[in-house]
Amino acid sequence: MSDGARLAVDIGGTFTDVVMEQGGVQESLKILTTPEAPESAVLEGINEILQRTGINASDVGLVIHGTTLATNALIERKGARTALITTDGFRDSIEIAYEHRFEQYDLYMERPQPLIERNWRFSVPERIAADGSVLLELDEQAVHALAGVLGKAGVEAVAVCFLHSYVNPDHERRAGAILAAALPHVSITLSADVCPEIREYDRMSTACANAYVQPMMAGYLIRLETGLRARGLDCPLLLMMSSGGVTTVETAVALPIRLVESGPAGGAILARNIAQENDLSRILSFDMGGTTAKITLIDNFQPHIARSFEVARMHRFLKGSGLPLRIPVIDMVEIGAGGGSIAAVDTMQRIQVGPKSAGAAPGPACYGNGGTAPTVTDADTVLGRIDPSRFAGGQVTLQPERAAAAVEREISGALGVETNVAAAGVTEIVDEHMANAARIHAIENGKDMVGRSMVAFGGAAPLHAARLADKLGIDTIVVPQGAGVGSAIGFLRAQISYEVVRTRYLDLREFNPDTVNDIYAGMRAEAASVVRLGAPDEPLLETRGAFMRYRGQGHEIMVSMPVRALAPEDGVAMAGWFADAYKQLFSRTIPNLGVEVLTWTLSLATDRPGAEPAPLQKVRHHPEPQSQRRLFDPASGAWIGADVYSRAELRPGAEIQGPAIIVEDETTTLVTNGFGATINALGQVVMTRGEERNRA
Amino acid sequence: MRDTNMDRIRYQVMWDRLLSVVEEQAQTLMRTAFSTSSREAGDISAGVFDLKGQMLAQAVTGTPGHINSMARAVVHFLDVFPADIMKDGDIYITNDPWKGTGHLHDFTVVTPTFRNGVMVALFACTSHVVDIGGVGMSPDGRQIYHEGLSVPIMPLAVAGEMNEWLLNLVRANVREPVQVEGDIYALAACNDTGARRLFAMMDEYDLENLDALGAHIIEQSQTAITAAINALPQGSWKHSMRIDGFEQPIDLVANLTISNGIIHVDYDGSSGTSDFGINCPMCYTEAYTAFGVKCVVAPEIPNNAGTLDAITVSAPDHTIVNAPHPCAVVARSTIGHMLPDVIFGCLHQALPDRVPAEGTSNLWNVKLGAGHGITKRTEHDATAFMLMSFHSGGAGARPKLDGLSATPYPSGVRNVPVEISEAITPIVVWRKELRIDSGGIGSQRGGLGQTMEITSREDAPFGIFASFERVLFPARGRDGAGAGATGQLRLGSGENLRNKGFQTIPARERLIIEMPGGGGFGDPKARDPEAVATDVRLGLVSAEAAARDYGVVVGENGQVNSPATAKNRG
Repeated sequence: MSDGARLAVDIGGTFTDVVMEQGGVQESLKILTTPEAPESAVLEGINEILQRTGINASDVGLVIHGTTLATNALIERKGARTALITTDGFRDSIEIAYEHRFEQYDLYMERPQPLIERNWRFSVPERIAADGSVLLELDEQAVHALAGVLGKAGVEAVAVCFLHSYVNPDHERRAGAILAAALPHVSITLSADVCPEIREYDRMSTACANAYVQPMMAGYLIRLETGLRARGLDCPLLLMMSSGGVTTVETAVALPIRLVESGPAGGAILARNIAQENDLSRILSFDMGGTTAKITLIDNFQPHIARSFEVARMHRFLKGSGLPLRIPVIDMVEIGAGGGSIAAVDTMQRIQVGPKSAGAAPGPACYGNGGTAPTVTDADTVLGRIDPSRFAGGQVTLQPERAAAAVEREISGALGVETNVAAAGVTEIVDEHMANAARIHAIENGKDMVGRSMVAFGGAAPLHAARLADKLGIDTIVVPQGAGVGSAIGFLRAQISYEVVRTRYLDLREFNPDTVNDIYAGMRAEAASVVRLGAPDEPLLETRGAFMRYRGQGHEIMVSMPVRALAPEDGVAMAGWFADAYKQLFSRTIPNLGVEVLTWTLSLATDRPGAEPAPLQKVRHHPEPQSQRRLFDPASGAWIGADVYSRAELRPGAEIQGPAIIVEDETTTLVTNGFGATINALGQVVMTRGEERNRA
Repeated sequence: MRDTNMDRIRYQVMWDRLLSVVEEQAQTLMRTAFSTSSREAGDISAGVFDLKGQMLAQAVTGTPGHINSMARAVVHFLDVFPADIMKDGDIYITNDPWKGTGHLHDFTVVTPTFRNGVMVALFACTSHVVDIGGVGMSPDGRQIYHEGLSVPIMPLAVAGEMNEWLLNLVRANVREPVQVEGDIYALAACNDTGARRLFAMMDEYDLENLDALGAHIIEQSQTAITAAINALPQGSWKHSMRIDGFEQPIDLVANLTISNGIIHVDYDGSSGTSDFGINCPMCYTEAYTAFGVKCVVAPEIPNNAGTLDAITVSAPDHTIVNAPHPCAVVARSTIGHMLPDVIFGCLHQALPDRVPAEGTSNLWNVKLGAGHGITKRTEHDATAFMLMSFHSGGAGARPKLDGLSATPYPSGVRNVPVEISEAITPIVVWRKELRIDSGGIGSQRGGLGQTMEITSREDAPFGIFASFERVLFPARGRDGAGAGATGQLRLGSGENLRNKGFQTIPARERLIIEMPGGGGFGDPKARDPEAVATDVRLGLVSAEAAARDYGVVVGENGQVNSPATAKNRG
């Protein structure tokens, strides 16, 4: 990358964050999101940061943008008037879904409603078999007739999803061409383009979601690009994707569904970068905000990419309560646990925390805005962890007595414990739930916590990081600077990349290297055509994978594949690679069982060097604390004295012994008595467990 | 006096951790399982037990058939192999329907776990294997001996060595030896995962044993469920429901008594055993009874030894709900899945506006196959295959909500995607769509059933192993509402098929399966006309049915014709 200035813009639900970076120096600002015309906040924020930094628009070399607009449209059901065209007999697949109740005991459970209501779902005669052969030719007259109906009805977008189109897309392509000719102003999404993978419900859901957000996203992106040009920003505009890579406007307009969850992906990329700067090869990225916490495992500076996730989970973040999207996405677990999460006592005298949140309004009881339910932030306040006068840079003066009253009323009385014990119970339970979610997420991916470090960011994470680390056996925690605009900073560190996924069934007994080489060559060409739009001549890094399983098993596991032409003997080698991966996940292999491949993946990314490790900070000093506070320590159940430091005044090399709290505008870092902290050369807080420090 | 120490909090944290341990155990099992019912339907169970065999925590998995049944199974293991003779590295196994979870397809595996040479807990798990020999997953068998291989409680491993003789015997007796063996390995592996996580917790909290924690869990749960039961109206209520059965209709009769912190369900008056494999062993009757009651009374309380005895069940010997050895039991879910509806019938009298109407309840699993001994030889070499896919009709309407369409209850399975089924068999599914007008009418409408149409791609016959309910007797509505549509099984050429037992679909014929709808709730004439109009607009209810059954006239424009409706409704 050139030394030119680069801009990152992250549109969140409440704030739009803008970060300018030039020559290693960052300037950032937050501005209220303008939901009706999101580009106006973006452009205003860019104007302001150009003014502040004195940088000319023409000197900006790149704008990288991520946005929750697509996610919000799916959650709030504010997408386009969309129709689905599918194979005769299958117009209810999107509603019947997996015929599953995600909540076993709840008699009043409701299933998630499909994005497209039944009267906007149509079908035509056609049928392709599982092997790609045609059982029934496409009735083109029926498509023409439907085009007329849809045109009259004022449909803005159409998703086309036929059975087995992942193996033979001919009928979808033909139907798409007929519709495009008849309805030139309507967005058309073909499922074979968005998600060429087996499992009709997931593919249909992904195609519908893409169609649903496409008109809005296309309109927005084009308006934004025009607005940038008008302000003299002629540089490339790239979009952050859920996979952690960035792509061009052209690709984003065609596949806007790949832009969902770009904010959290930016956070994970930031965490990866911090891992590189601190040379931590296995980390847990911990992002805790007001309503949720997100945990990502990153090994060897490479976030794990999953193939699917669920958007708009409507019920306690439970699996199955949202809409499945089959897109490449940084694998993370989201828990309904944030500073605003509400605590209560259940019929078994157990404290329950979240997923209900007090949100920003009325907010926690201690905000004094009318909130009366005790929240995690209230518990942290009761325990002395937050300086009431300096919360959110002093913009909100917390009222600890309201926090205590809420905890007392809802928790202490019911449990028969002191207020401080009840508050400690709230934080212990929320920390335990996050730890359990992290462990289950790890086991689902065949990973564990041993030897892992943590990167903690987001408003509430640095308060809870040390205790979470205790529970997960983690000894080192890094709290970066600028945690409040972490996602946007992450955007600046992302590679231009694109992932291609294809379902082509292969029984390894019938392995033919030419077939597999052809599959990968086609995928490589597709990925290159996208990546080269944004990186015409940079060197590219290719990674390949295959999703394999024992014959007859229900779930596939990801197996890394070499980036080279395969030879006849590689069929046997693939069985071995699968066995290694299986053993890593489940500790044992199953003898005498055949192996099959369902899906192939290929990712192409620019091969830019990662962050350099920070120089060692040899000279150490012990800064004077600004003041003292009393903290209640859940581990020992006692009140202890803690030093208070202002992060802005801490210089590299500063050494602090826990218990201590480090206060900054956006968050507070709690250094528990098991930990010590130093400020590294990059100004990051690095917490290390006592025994580790002594050993070093 | 209020506690000033953290003990209470620590117990809760450890309890939460234990629930997480069994969740990890169950996840491991689901991800490594082979049989469709385990991996797609979550027909598995996982739990941790103290040394007396008292269950401390159980994972919440896809089917409730293992609630209480697996909890009691561990006691049976300890009767045969007392804790003091168990050694590190031993693993035990059974598929005894009466000591395990109700049919031979379910293997239960118990692993004693040793920490520093001392036994600290037992981990148990259950999963449904793809085949166990015999006549297969079809209720055609007359005795348990027809249904496959029985494995009495015995060692699966001794001091870390797998019992190869047993595995050899299993391989020789089942149709899919490699997958079944894989499932047995998966059971053993998930218990190991549970043990590792438990040891980590015991290290962190410096625990020597689980005695105090176990006592805390059991006491808190018992107190909570007792309080929940005591808050209900006390008394006895009776309800009965007639279902199709195999050779003749079956009456399920429940007498439900709430008193002194206990809910007792007695099935006196229920029909006698069947000559076919739809009989239900007592352990499975207990499981679905406990589940139905808990859904209404205490859905949030985890299952453990503290909740086990709060819901008690009795039934006369030799009834369909308490079938003894050697009754055939493979399709015991035919009965088990219906029990919550019978219990809801009792509870509706005690607690109006709390329970749903009757639903399809029994799964409409599509079990198809072809090959030697299943379908007749044809001139073509037809592909041999077996397919099991889970499907559901409509569920009953709720007091304030419509019933869920094509959604299971009480089972919690997931279907297999059509594309997956077609990729591994020669079948083609030509239709899988909601069934218009199949939901029972009511102020809340019953859930809709669905229609499936299936052919073979080959010029060859295939067979269906039918085990379907609500074909003769529908799911009834409550409080003036209508019943759901009955189900139907037929050929495209028109001939009706039987709802139970193996039948052949001739070459080039189309199999049509119409699944039942759920019962409605409340007076259909009281249904919000706008809700009726929406149903008509979405094509869930026909305009004719709207006028006839709901008295709501919906115009061509999809809007309610208010004057006509008012006149119609009187």
